[in-house]
Amino acid sequence: MSTTGTKGSATYGGQALMNALEREGVEVVFGLPGGAILPVYDPLIDSSIRHILVRHEQGAGHMAEGYAHATGKPGVAMVTSGPAATNIVTPLCDAYLDSVPMVAITGQVPYAAIGTDAFQECDTTGITMSVTKHNFLVTEAADIPQVIHDAFHLATTGRPGPVLVDIPKDIVDPGNPHSALTDYVPTGHDLPGYTVLPDPDPEGIREAIQMILAAERPVIYAGGGILKARGADALRALAELTDIHVVTTLMCRGGFPDDHPLALGMPGMHGTYSAVTAMQEADLLIAIGARFDDRVTGKLEGFAPHAAVIHIDIDAAELNKVRHANVAIQADARLATEALIEGLTLAGAPESQADRSAWKSRVSGWLEKFPLTYDKHVAGEALKPQHVLETLRDNAPEDTIVCSGVGQHQMWASQFWRFNHPYTWINSGGLGTMGFSIPAAIGAKVGQPDRMVWAIDGDGCFQMTAQELVTATVENIPIKVAILNNSYLGMVRQWQEMFYDERYSEVFLSKNVPDYKMWAEAMGCFALRVDDPDEVEAAVQQANEIDDRPVVIDFRTDAAEKVFPMVPSGASNSEVMVHPSQAAGPA
Amino acid sequence: MSNGNHQLHTLVVRVENKAGVLARVAGLFARRGFNIDSLAVAPVVDESFSRITIVVDVESAPLEQIVKQLHKLVNVLDIVELSPTEAVERELMVITVRSDAIDELKALTQEFHATWLDDRSGQAMISISSFPARVEEFEERLKPYGIVELQRSGKIALHRLPD
Ligand SMILES: Cc1ncc(C[n+]2csc(CCOP(=O)(O)OP(=O)(O)O)c2C)c(N)n1
Ligand SMILES: [Mg+2]
Repeated sequence: MSTTGTKGSATYGGQALMNALEREGVEVVFGLPGGAILPVYDPLIDSSIRHILVRHEQGAGHMAEGYAHATGKPGVAMVTSGPAATNIVTPLCDAYLDSVPMVAITGQVPYAAIGTDAFQECDTTGITMSVTKHNFLVTEAADIPQVIHDAFHLATTGRPGPVLVDIPKDIVDPGNPHSALTDYVPTGHDLPGYTVLPDPDPEGIREAIQMILAAERPVIYAGGGILKARGADALRALAELTDIHVVTTLMCRGGFPDDHPLALGMPGMHGTYSAVTAMQEADLLIAIGARFDDRVTGKLEGFAPHAAVIHIDIDAAELNKVRHANVAIQADARLATEALIEGLTLAGAPESQADRSAWKSRVSGWLEKFPLTYDKHVAGEALKPQHVLETLRDNAPEDTIVCSGVGQHQMWASQFWRFNHPYTWINSGGLGTMGFSIPAAIGAKVGQPDRMVWAIDGDGCFQMTAQELVTATVENIPIKVAILNNSYLGMVRQWQEMFYDERYSEVFLSKNVPDYKMWAEAMGCFALRVDDPDEVEAAVQQANEIDDRPVVIDFRTDAAEKVFPMVPSGASNSEVMVHPSQAAGPA
Repeated sequence: MSNGNHQLHTLVVRVENKAGVLARVAGLFARRGFNIDSLAVAPVVDESFSRITIVVDVESAPLEQIVKQLHKLVNVLDIVELSPTEAVERELMVITVRSDAIDELKALTQEFHATWLDDRSGQAMISISSFPARVEEFEERLKPYGIVELQRSGKIALHRLPD
């Protein structure tokens, strides 16, 4: 390990770690102390870094993710060894699958005790090897400045992701001679196997331009990589220059304005009819920062059968992994998109493009015929979750950040909100982690304190991480939570209803337990319960007025409501099922 | 290398010589469902790096995907695919056989340029270092005599000398 760089003063590992975090520009750390990390929590007292004390380490991890999603800066979580480290494995995996820049610091038993089954010892680097972009077990105090510098570099460059740094207690504890070091500012990185990407290959860009000019039925398939690359403006410019429709995946909602005439909304299993069908009928897919996830493609053999593919991704391993790419470009999504715009402009776009009028009128026909829809509520009956979402949406400021859990409520939130700005939608896509929304919303609110942050949660999800509302109250982080409470693990119930002959197995939670209003109040929140459709708007407006503490609204919703459209699992996307009221159906 | 109906490729992977690197490589193969046929690892001249020779079965996944995933490991510096025509390949085998027909075994050892290591208590121990197909053939030829125990090292390979 190189220890080059500007030399500083003699210090100990715990202080050097704090100094290193400050040098990386860390403003906030989400965490919870314990034995092995104690020596790091002591210098934290005198640090400029804000610490948010969580109630469960999973919360720290998801808060770091929410912070990273909302700000683009790496989220930092710090926890102790053993059970605390295992508690953070789920957020690491979540961040890995959704490419979220995050650095987790875990305490470890003293180096000499590793491998002895010491108290609260676990093989943290072994356990997290497959759910991190990389991890480090630091063995010497002198390595701390360099490793922290390298960890942030790895987390934030290339395809972003979580990096874990496991630090034995002896090298941070000032009482132990192993912790002594001369602090230094690393000048470079000690990562000989890690290269940051070159510019987009001009040959690939040229080929892509020819395909775009010639295409008669092109669709831009925009994924989360657009947002990671800060590429929303470039995406919009490309779409407008070429007049090509855009689908935004679950990870790219907000990456292209839903109100834009070229927006088709979300593709995939619960995507809009127009997004799903346009991809199926396309002769060219321009995939940017997207990875042909099975929830997008449905049955692979039947996916977009007529389409040639231009695939742009920063991760070479995504190219040709799932779907053959006619042109594969390993590049940053924004830089490649800008290169396309430049080349297309030089090549005379849009005038030089193929005639697409027939295609455009087909797409307009789908948009008109198959908008998202639901049955309006009947007086005296339970709330329609979609109606609750529309009311939340229509009363929220334009730049409101929406976080969601996982389930039906997540799909409805993605469908019925209108996302017109990047970084306003935060959810768990790849891992589908129930319980994500409340801690993620807290992290987002910490990163964007002036913005309104709504967590759209399910009753099942709420019960997994609700304790972090205590954190929110005590730390004065006034998020708002809308529980779409259908008394069920609704998404699973929907599958049992549709594919298991309505045989409901272990999906009913409870009609009245817990009392969410009382529970929220006990955690210091302002809370309401809404049963009557006519009270939804007033409740939302009341919630929006409150900014001195968290708010929870328990919306009692219709358990029979299902998410449409839907492509049944294992089916081709051409078999998309629309809402029953539209089922007379497509040609 | 011809080995039945398997599609085997040889990858030479240069890695940082750090704790846990082999676990990262092996773990990657395991979790992505890539099959390893053999694996040999040792430090190179500069002891901060190691060279891993992996023979992979590309029936399990396209070679392109295996190579790209390996590249993503931060401790991996570079990966070279060595085709048998451009490489000198060697494998070591140590084998113990029943020595009832000791003269025949000695003749076979000579024929294969193998090394007679020891014989006693009705068993003989022989070692061979050769290209993998030859090692394979030697093993086959010894089978009828009754193999007691054997260990093959896995293949290692270097580029042929330039012309
Ligand atoms: C941690 C975890 N466990 C289980 C699942 C499987 N699962 C997916 S959605 C869902 C139901 C979620 O229920 P709820 O939060 O009430 O949301 P709803 O679907 O009712 O809107 C379950 C159990 C999961 N995604 N994550
Ligand atoms: Mg529910």
